[in-house]
Amino acid sequence: MTWLIGAIVFWLAAWAVNTVLARRASGRWVRLVVPLLFGVTILILWEGLVRGLSIETVILPAPSVIWTQILASTGTLWEDFVQTILKGALSGYVMGCAAGVLVAILVDRHPFLRRGLLPVGNFVAALPIVGVAPIMVMWFGFGWESKAAVVVAMVFFPMLVNSVAGLSATDQMQRDLMRTYAASHVQTLLRLRLPAAMPFIFNGLKICTTLALIGAIVAEFFGSPIRGMGFRISTEVGRLNLPMVWAEIAMAALAGSAFYGAVALIERRVTFWHPSQRK
Amino acid sequence: MSRVLPVLTVLLSILVIWYLGTVAMNARWTLDQAARAGQEVGVVDLVRDTMNQRRPVLPAPHQVVIELYDGVFGASVTSRRSLVYQGFITLETTLWGFGLGILLGVGLAVSITYSRTMELSVMPWAIISQTIPIVALAPMIVVIAAQVGVQDIRIPKAVIAAYLSFFPVLVSMVKGLNSPDAMQVDLMRTYNASNGQSFWKLRLPASLPYLFASLKVAIAASLVGTIVGELPTGATSGLGARMLIGSQFGQPLQTWSALFAAAILAGGLILLVGAVEKAANRAMGVAR
Repeated sequence: MTWLIGAIVFWLAAWAVNTVLARRASGRWVRLVVPLLFGVTILILWEGLVRGLSIETVILPAPSVIWTQILASTGTLWEDFVQTILKGALSGYVMGCAAGVLVAILVDRHPFLRRGLLPVGNFVAALPIVGVAPIMVMWFGFGWESKAAVVVAMVFFPMLVNSVAGLSATDQMQRDLMRTYAASHVQTLLRLRLPAAMPFIFNGLKICTTLALIGAIVAEFFGSPIRGMGFRISTEVGRLNLPMVWAEIAMAALAGSAFYGAVALIERRVTFWHPSQRK
Repeated sequence: MSRVLPVLTVLLSILVIWYLGTVAMNARWTLDQAARAGQEVGVVDLVRDTMNQRRPVLPAPHQVVIELYDGVFGASVTSRRSLVYQGFITLETTLWGFGLGILLGVGLAVSITYSRTMELSVMPWAIISQTIPIVALAPMIVVIAAQVGVQDIRIPKAVIAAYLSFFPVLVSMVKGLNSPDAMQVDLMRTYNASNGQSFWKLRLPASLPYLFASLKVAIAASLVGTIVGELPTGATSGLGARMLIGSQFGQPLQTWSALFAAAILAGGLILLVGAVEKAANRAMGVAR
């Protein structure tokens, strides 16, 4: 009972602090402290509810139990991380995104192709492409290659659509200027149109980080060697070993956020000139 | 109309590449069979055989179309073999998830617009929530729901669908609710309008075009969520389960037809939402 009351008291107190901070203070640290406090509150509320209402571990393990599990099985977690994120998701992400950008550059030279591919690409990008996972597993086997193939299929079209949109982001005046310089197609591409396309390309890259992880994990539900996040999650759920499942989920969340954050950081360096990046 | 010809060209070339791929990928099996029987295979026989295998590596387009046709029209709508039956199960969950996602997204957007505490606390976590691969949670949500005593398999699936679809709604609703400019807000103040009145008469109508623009993304995300929710433990019906069963029992045609049924369903839903969007925009007087 004390756990329950303590958690609720902490929640109310943290909410009050956040309200005061949000109303009074300003500056960059508020944007960091307030969400952090909110996150900590959720964890404490979770811990308090699980302990106070003595919810069984099989239904919902407390954060402390999950943390213990993470510490106890760092080896397994690392092995799964390498298998799913580094081998499956990352290699597929690099191949799929590179292919998307390259095809966009090729297509861009021919307006006919662009007008044909863009509607098709837009449509395909909205389809549930995760469904190709069983087919890819059949073609490429249980190893990480099939996961990478699913990721390629998933990220290609969003990347293509965004890159094509980005390559047409320059206006007539800017292209005319390049023509007065007697710039060749390649020069115009490298000096003007690719840099101008970068905000769109990075938008695609950021969307694809999440898609890549989803693709790699889902593909493991269809067959995988005895390691990998998707494999571990589905087998441990079967054994009702929920703390391990949550540990994997925490790792997946961390990897997903870090992946997204890394791409956003590169974006800030590359497109520092764009209005959305100005402080 | 100038788009019709290019689009048709692209679709046609995809079809040609697909047929070529069919021959290339299925040839091994045909050649192996012939070698075992001690026969020579001519080019014509090879092509004909690769396109009509029962368990092809890559089924030919017409095989998929025939399987789709059989699934839709060949079986009675109530039988488990019917794609209409399975598609309807997926559709039902998708719509539940979609509705739940809209409610959650709009609710959060309203509270974020009116409370700075909510904005600062929740918005960063909403963004982080989308970088978490939700599919990791899918098997667990199904199991937890079963243990808490929720027997209805649709609820966990709808929760996953809602998780994926609430985010686009949230983002564009926040933008939409803040879209009235200072002049318009001041006008409401000169009318002595209460907070509620300016919400119902100004902010909400102003946000609707933004909401409708996000719904197309949301319904596609909801369908993906539903299919992913049908893959893991327990689900035995729905298009996602069809794909899984097809792959486990070595029936590639079943997997492919379920995949295309899902694509057709997605296309239909997107077109439908697009039509509603257009109608709503016309009724609201939004210039196009």
